[in-house]
Amino acid sequence: MSVHADVARRRVEELLRAHEEQAVRRWAEIAKASPEELGEIYQALLSVLDEGRDDFADVRGLLADLSRSRARAGYAPADTARAVFGLKEALYEVVEADTDGVEAARGFIWFSRLIDDLGLFTFETYADAREKIILDQAEQLLELSTPVVKLWENIVAVPLVGTLDSARTQVVMEKLLQTLVDTGAEHAVIDITGVPAVDTQVAQHLLKTVVAARLMGAECIISGIRPQIAHTIVTLGIEFGDIVTKASLADALAHAFRRSGFQVSGGGGAHVAIRAERV
Amino acid sequence: MSDDRNMADDRNMADDQNMAIASSADVVGVRRLVRSVALEVGLSLVDQTKIVTAASELARNALVYAGGGDVRVETVRNGARRGLKLTVSDDGPGIPDIDQALSDGWTTGTGLGLGLGGSRRLVDEFDLASAPGKGTTVTVTKWAR
Repeated sequence: MSVHADVARRRVEELLRAHEEQAVRRWAEIAKASPEELGEIYQALLSVLDEGRDDFADVRGLLADLSRSRARAGYAPADTARAVFGLKEALYEVVEADTDGVEAARGFIWFSRLIDDLGLFTFETYADAREKIILDQAEQLLELSTPVVKLWENIVAVPLVGTLDSARTQVVMEKLLQTLVDTGAEHAVIDITGVPAVDTQVAQHLLKTVVAARLMGAECIISGIRPQIAHTIVTLGIEFGDIVTKASLADALAHAFRRSGFQVSGGGGAHVAIRAERV
Repeated sequence: MSDDRNMADDRNMADDQNMAIASSADVVGVRRLVRSVALEVGLSLVDQTKIVTAASELARNALVYAGGGDVRVETVRNGARRGLKLTVSDDGPGIPDIDQALSDGWTTGTGLGLGLGGSRRLVDEFDLASAPGKGTTVTVTKWAR
């Protein structure tokens, strides 16, 4: 650091110390924040400058707290950054009134750059926090979105909702195969009513899952094939071979009932059985 | 005056949307984008699903075989008919034999080998430009009925 810069920096420190009360009050006004909170950051900043260090860890820690508490209070990250930038304006008023104009102005440029960095740091803190929330949610979604439900004795179903990518299919397949082991079920229904589009990758994942289930001695039925999906699959040229597919989960259940020799009698149940025979 | 200009810019943005494909999450993004434009253009549910599926195949091809690429979605007009035009381009190794690449069951990867040929059947207009070392550009259009 050149001598000039050093002198300028010291001048800013002196000004910050001498006009602490005024600067903090003005800063709080501009930033629309409490003087106590900002005063603490101001103190931390002063002590770093005082000792001539370039380590702003304490200041960053306080700014991270500020960023978090303001984010919780519903402020946009830009508001928080702008609040930090407010210190420049507060200091500028002090610099303007200073008699030793040149040094103070030079120091102000240096200080301004420092505050820019610190302001952007609050932005980064905000983005990091967001990133973490998104990651957590993605994980939760992966867990949540793949339940294996028992429909009947020996019959399990996996209702798939949303986009099927490799990671999710892996989870679905593992869960389904494990459930087959745990329950000894002989029929598994994979329902894709909630899958918006079936492309070749999704189809391939489904086919692999069915083959894997078969290897374990279970028969798989794919249900929830809506007209637009059927159209697309045919046009793409995907063949499901001898895999049983049904339009609805009810049809699939009826098919599984028939294959396992269950007789359904009574009002609503009879209706299901009749539909199954028509297929 | 500046307001007028902003409005014109907005209209351009709505007619022509670009997206980069760099991960499989982007393929999902492309699907979502194409679906929203297809809905706006007035494609039927079956045609929406077809163009979304074609977009998914082409975007994934760019990702798998070229490591990524760019997608451009435009709304086009032919008289009173509206349509969706999708361009997927990449700077990958290119396709040496286009006829072979379009034939069903042919793949150099691990998929079913139906994506490219299937996409051609899913859309109304299909154009593929590619040469070894020159990358690949696929342009498809689906018209509202």
